[in-house]
Amino acid sequence: MNAAVAIDRASVGWLGLLIGAVAALPWYAVGAFGESALVLGFADRPWLLPVVGLALALAGLAARTRDWRRHPALLPLVTAAQAIFLLQAFAIGLNGPALPLVGQIFPTAQAGQTGMGAGAFLAGVALLGLLSDGLAARGFCRGERFASACVIVIVALLALFVFFPILKLGAAAFTDENGALAFGPCIERVTVRNLWGLACFTSRLSCGVVINTIQLGLLSATLATALGLALALLVARTDFRFKRVLRALSILPIITPPFVVGVAIIVLFGRSGVLTQFGAELFDVRPGRWVYGLPGILMAQVLAFTPVTFLVLLGTLEAINPTLEEASKTLGARPLRTFSTVTWPLLRPGIAATFLLAFIESLADFGNPIVLGGGYDVLSTRIFFAVVGARYDLGNAATLAMILLALTLIAFRAQTRWLGRANYVTVTGKSDAGLVAPVPPMLKLVAVAVVLPFAAFVVAVYASVLLGGFVTDIGRLDMTPTFDHIRTAFSFELEAEGLRLYGSARDSMMTTLWVSALSAPLTMAIGILTAWLVARQDFAGRRAFEFGTMLSFAIPGTVVGISCVAAFNVPPVDMTGTMIILVISVVFRNMPVGMRAGIAALAQIDRSMEEASQTMGAGGAQTLGRVVLPPIRPAIFTALVYSFVTAMTAVSAVIFLVSARHNMATAHIMGRVENGEYALAIAYSAVLMIVMAICVALIQLVVGKRQLGRRTALTAAAQPAE
Amino acid sequence: MKDTTQGTDLAIEFVGVVKRFGDAVAVDGIDLSIRRGELVTFLGPSGCGKTTSLRLIAGLDLPSAGHLRIAGRDVSRDPASERNVGMVFQSYALFPHVSVLDNVAYGPVIRGVKKAEARAKARGILDQIGLGGLHDRLPAELSGGQQQRVAVARAIAQQPDVILFDEPLSNVDAKLRRKVRSEIRALQQEFGLTAVYVTHDQEEALAVSDRIVVMDKGRIAQVGTPEDLYERPASAFIANFIGDANLIEGRVAAGRFTAAGLDVPLPGADGPASVSIRPERIALDATADGPARVAGATYLGSRMENAVALGGTELLVSRPISEPRLETGQTVALRIDTGGVTRLS
Repeated sequence: MNAAVAIDRASVGWLGLLIGAVAALPWYAVGAFGESALVLGFADRPWLLPVVGLALALAGLAARTRDWRRHPALLPLVTAAQAIFLLQAFAIGLNGPALPLVGQIFPTAQAGQTGMGAGAFLAGVALLGLLSDGLAARGFCRGERFASACVIVIVALLALFVFFPILKLGAAAFTDENGALAFGPCIERVTVRNLWGLACFTSRLSCGVVINTIQLGLLSATLATALGLALALLVARTDFRFKRVLRALSILPIITPPFVVGVAIIVLFGRSGVLTQFGAELFDVRPGRWVYGLPGILMAQVLAFTPVTFLVLLGTLEAINPTLEEASKTLGARPLRTFSTVTWPLLRPGIAATFLLAFIESLADFGNPIVLGGGYDVLSTRIFFAVVGARYDLGNAATLAMILLALTLIAFRAQTRWLGRANYVTVTGKSDAGLVAPVPPMLKLVAVAVVLPFAAFVVAVYASVLLGGFVTDIGRLDMTPTFDHIRTAFSFELEAEGLRLYGSARDSMMTTLWVSALSAPLTMAIGILTAWLVARQDFAGRRAFEFGTMLSFAIPGTVVGISCVAAFNVPPVDMTGTMIILVISVVFRNMPVGMRAGIAALAQIDRSMEEASQTMGAGGAQTLGRVVLPPIRPAIFTALVYSFVTAMTAVSAVIFLVSARHNMATAHIMGRVENGEYALAIAYSAVLMIVMAICVALIQLVVGKRQLGRRTALTAAAQPAE
Repeated sequence: MKDTTQGTDLAIEFVGVVKRFGDAVAVDGIDLSIRRGELVTFLGPSGCGKTTSLRLIAGLDLPSAGHLRIAGRDVSRDPASERNVGMVFQSYALFPHVSVLDNVAYGPVIRGVKKAEARAKARGILDQIGLGGLHDRLPAELSGGQQQRVAVARAIAQQPDVILFDEPLSNVDAKLRRKVRSEIRALQQEFGLTAVYVTHDQEEALAVSDRIVVMDKGRIAQVGTPEDLYERPASAFIANFIGDANLIEGRVAAGRFTAAGLDVPLPGADGPASVSIRPERIALDATADGPARVAGATYLGSRMENAVALGGTELLVSRPISEPRLETGQTVALRIDTGGVTRLS
């Protein structure tokens, strides 16, 4: 059959790539050896020969057997080649053998080896391709080659860029200053008093950093959830007049660079802040530094997380079947009783999950604590200070990161448990008849009372940001309009002395745009493919795959950043200081954006359309390209722009990965904040926000119009056809 | 590759096919051969494994054990895209973003036919199927019945080895079902297609099939022509599932079956036996004073259904509407058509 020939061609392609990669392409990235594994193996690097040998064995298999994809020897050969490939890469490091005995077996290994080059990289890719083909031939992914390849590639990417760094970081936690395995320092680091101290509850001393982190997380999650609930109730269940404004509010955190809220709070409430001065005059008290520390971080976090909790709780509320509430009413219950006996119990699991979500966000937050922390240390900032500056102590950073990771995973586990039990409020996709029950009037009153001050606060914060960038010094209440800050940040036409500084602001902007532009399509592609695999494919280990991706989202950005430092500054994959690592870290940080978009979009496509395409002979890639993606193009475009925008505000992971050559906007802003150049920071942030707001407005314009167009097409279609 | 000497007449062969989903066994060891040009229906209650069996033929699921051959070739490990099986989906699954013509041309285009050629072919099939003027419409602009015919045309266009129908009438208006099912049957015969048809509606199965495969709990309960299954059900399950049946426990002795108030000739070995008697095989004689008593009557328009109490059991009797009505409580005699008494295993 034609199809059978086509398969063989694809597999033969992988095989050809493998042979080419080991025989012709340079195996190493740098160094004096620009030669292939074959050449180097016969020269003085015999540990490369097994991979070459196995590649030739695979070629022999393909030459001798017609249906070699199904030959029982294929998978063992491929996995053996992969194992040896990885073993040689990790057994011999930059400075020689990394494992015992290797030095005795291969004396020449003492010279060490550098990172992988094109040959090694492509050989790895080809082996993955052969593995996925071989597995598909055995019925993996219902025999679908493309899906099988996607699973293998995404697993490999997650393994390499998420889980391998975490393992490496874990290992770093158990080493001493010289890099040798040791449990002593780790135990010492874990048990020091400044991690677990409870002094703040009994005296004016500060607590340990772990206690601080948990305290902040609990407070911030409680407040954000309460506010989110109030907002959601107002929007979903009342006739509150400013619903649209409240909904629009949910876009704000997406386009808010991480330090902006912190800086705005300083500008408003700091010692010389606008509101502080005003209050001091009014009540005749001395302006204090109360905002630095827990109160300030709390304010910033609640502001940042409330839109998220609002959206999640709004979804939960809208998913509650109104007929249940109507049933309660017909049975004679008053509104308050209906709310407390029907609505509230149905909401509770959603509230718990939202609380944990906000808690996890608070644990991971880096931007607010670093700006507003003062003496109040949390884990994410402590990790940062452990590796930045003169005291480079990876072991300590790794230990702290492991504690943060453990806290996060406990919360994540609790959240998935809650959600697992909360199945009865999931959306069915069917529109439920019935009118939603308005909340009891008293509750509405409470909600309005809570929401109004919050809204005022949000307006104050964003007004000061937008204003602050264009007045002389909002910090000192000098409100003379000026474009100086913008000029300072983005102009390089000033005097020669300042050129470098101004240039660097511009450079970081360019890098940010580049990184965002490169990572957005990748985020989208990987996210949609992952969503497609999880939602539509059926393969052994799908549950584990799903859990693995979810887990990778839960890892705090700070931990991702520090783990990338631990993993990728040495061979076999050395790429710290490059733009690639920035792009990769942003892609994997933002994967949830792409995946959520993918899952939402796929829900619009009847699964049997894909199956119809398959029965007509289309493979997975053709089906995706011709059937699945075209109808959901607007959704893809939207998610693309959102991942672009999200990439622009990434901070917690990239802050560890930026370099002098590749600095990012957020890191640059942080530098300005550290120097107290608030006006400059605000101006830069305002520009970022304007760029992002334009992007978002663009989507509304393009996609909004298109959806309108589709709707008119549908009404036209609704005319009788016969 | 495969021995084709015996396979030429067989379109599909299931050999010990098992499909598990996790711990659940959906298909539990099926052996079945389907001849070329035949329309075979998989019939059974929901969860019996009929749709899974269909999906196994399509390649949308792969068997956990056993072998599946299509046109003599073992396809047990081939994905759907590497088989040549057309499928008509319950929801039709027409691509909403392309025209009717391109929906039908999709299969040939995917398999490498030039676009113009594929479209010409699609046009031919659409004309043949009576959808001549609708080439450029989008699927959303068609009525449900038209959409269904497009789905059939699309499945035919790829010249499949087998065409599969997954409950094709479930989205069709109840009034139109009779018409659509005879259209499907006519098309299948016109194009000489081997067809497998899944339904849970026994009347539909009786109407369209050459043979029916009744499934229960992942296994085949009985295979036979519609008449076989209706007239000679092998088990109480079949008798009950296809049509209505009176199941009676009794004894066979000397060529006669006896139970409370019943005594009919029934050849076969002596011993305890259970039999099935269809409601329309029993006539009620009101003039004679019999052992049975009328317990209830239901007017069904086309016929009359009476419940009759007989020695502690209750029988269902279907009577022509032209016969005189019976009063509840009236005693009647039973006249049982002896050819309609089937001994169950």
